Amino acid sequence: MAALGYSPSEARRSPRTENSFMPDTMLVVTEQREGKLNRVSWETVTAGQAIAAATGWPLEAAVVGSAIGPIAAEIAAKKVAKVYAVESPKLERYTPDAFAFALKQLLTAKMPKLVLMPHTYQVRDFVPKLATAMGRAVISDCIGFKYENGKLVFTRQMFQGKFAADVSFASDAPWFATFQNGAFRGDKAEPDATVAPVETINVEIPGSAIRNKPQEVFKEAKQAVDLTQAEIIVSVGRGIKEQKNIEIAKQLAEALGGDLAASRPICDSGWLPMDRQIGSSGQTVAPKLYLALGISGAIQHIVGMKGSRTIIAVNKDSEAPIFEIADYGVVGNLFDIVPPLIEEVKKAKAAG
Amino acid sequence: MKILVCMKQVPQKDAPLKLNETGAWIREDVSYEVNEPDAYALEEALRQKEKHTGEVVVITSGPARAQQVLREALAKGADRAIHLEDNAFVGLDAFNTAKALAAAIKDEQFDLIFTGLQSDDYGYAQTGVILAELLGYPHATIIMQIEKNDTGIRVKRELEAGFFQFVDMPLPAVLTIQSGINKLRYATLIGIKQAKNKPLRKVTLAEVQSVIGDNLQKIERLYVPQKTKKTERIEGSPSEIAKKLVDKLRNELRVL
Repeated sequence: MAALGYSPSEARRSPRTENSFMPDTMLVVTEQREGKLNRVSWETVTAGQAIAAATGWPLEAAVVGSAIGPIAAEIAAKKVAKVYAVESPKLERYTPDAFAFALKQLLTAKMPKLVLMPHTYQVRDFVPKLATAMGRAVISDCIGFKYENGKLVFTRQMFQGKFAADVSFASDAPWFATFQNGAFRGDKAEPDATVAPVETINVEIPGSAIRNKPQEVFKEAKQAVDLTQAEIIVSVGRGIKEQKNIEIAKQLAEALGGDLAASRPICDSGWLPMDRQIGSSGQTVAPKLYLALGISGAIQHIVGMKGSRTIIAVNKDSEAPIFEIADYGVVGNLFDIVPPLIEEVKKAKAAG
Repeated sequence: MKILVCMKQVPQKDAPLKLNETGAWIREDVSYEVNEPDAYALEEALRQKEKHTGEVVVITSGPARAQQVLREALAKGADRAIHLEDNAFVGLDAFNTAKALAAAIKDEQFDLIFTGLQSDDYGYAQTGVILAELLGYPHATIIMQIEKNDTGIRVKRELEAGFFQFVDMPLPAVLTIQSGINKLRYATLIGIKQAKNKPLRKVTLAEVQSVIGDNLQKIERLYVPQKTKKTERIEGSPSEIAKKLVDKLRNELRVL
């Protein structure tokens, strides 16, 4: 097999020692797919602007792909000092090899202090490889940052949201951090009256460096159930215990005139079809009412429903992270609570 | 095919966790289980072996208690196990953990290396990809299907929002496995019995120490997150709770 990428010995070498004469800069690497900017990139721009305001480090941005001029121009309208358009025909379809190769070239040349990216499936796929190739680390899935006495720390959740951790870098630059979807508001990305200059960087990527051959992106069968328009959602998690117990959640959903949904483990077990799954790998919903039954509130689920207007959570564990975002919380056994709730809802409906 | 499955022992999902005065989490008096995506990774390895013959090896790093994860894997059908046994391993970041794993398998040639897509405790979602880079292998993440073919494998990557993608790749390769890729099996009584006689190689900290450097990231403090939303607790007997909730639904949320 040709071109095995970077060897461990190369990974240990630092690409360039830190140059104290170079001012610290920051780089936001935005994400494009099929020639369109992924909107979550604006959240990372907002994060970068906030860190720039705190540290005084100038903020630059980059986009990686093929024929990405229009995207670079879109980003250049925001308050950033510069935009790098990293171009190659070999970057047209995403591969971790080509993306890591191209970005390593850019970063080795520019040596920013801090590199920020959204914590998307694509970034998760290549950023640990990129950082390792440069002998550096990634603080992944951050929800915020703090700049205290000249020290930058990133906040991330641990133990499925039970704890938060402030994490700092203990290595030379560049530092890599990824931000969780929704951690910053994309609509707060500041525009600028002056358009930032765009520098196109054409990278030569040897064909042998790319080992994976990706096929077309596709959607599995047509989504049969569209929960994005639902006004009321009753959603079940592991706390439902057995497949046959789904029935009481279904009855509650029917009584409320709402739709039934679930967290990932329920769909993984085949208790409900995949198209009823809420979360990062399923649908993102924002109903008037989201009733979470026996859902602990793992972050992969929360990202799919935290925009709901009102969240009611029923869970026997008073420490469950779902209570962090619930408007109303019931600590108790859902099998005790749900049957009388169905009856009360029916009564209220009958009374009109 | 010779397949390595990297597994991690994590606190049980509903285990209450506490912090001590120094802001470290208390590891004693906690029930542990196998990291869920790792269980799916093991199941996938066993299925691939059943289809194509070969060997399934499981590896973990952590203190003596972590051996339980390996024993369970052997009982389910893994052929042998490797345990990097030391308390110090739990303090390593993803970069150093991957280095330690790479060092422990340096004399082996695997066709495939599986990890779960992320751990339920720290959730870095990095160790597998870092390991691939250290070994010089190609990788693919969040995998929902694996088919062997003449040139290597075709895998199905899960993307966001219900999208998927097939990727062809050569072997050897590292794959991070998504929960739900298959249906988990239970260990049989015979399997549990046989597991006792299967080889389990222990690797000491000293054996891999030379490749481990300082952590590249440092947890400055660990704390219980501050609530950003005010949650109104609804209390009482089940029927009282039901009445109170319906009152909210009717008069405050106006959805009834």
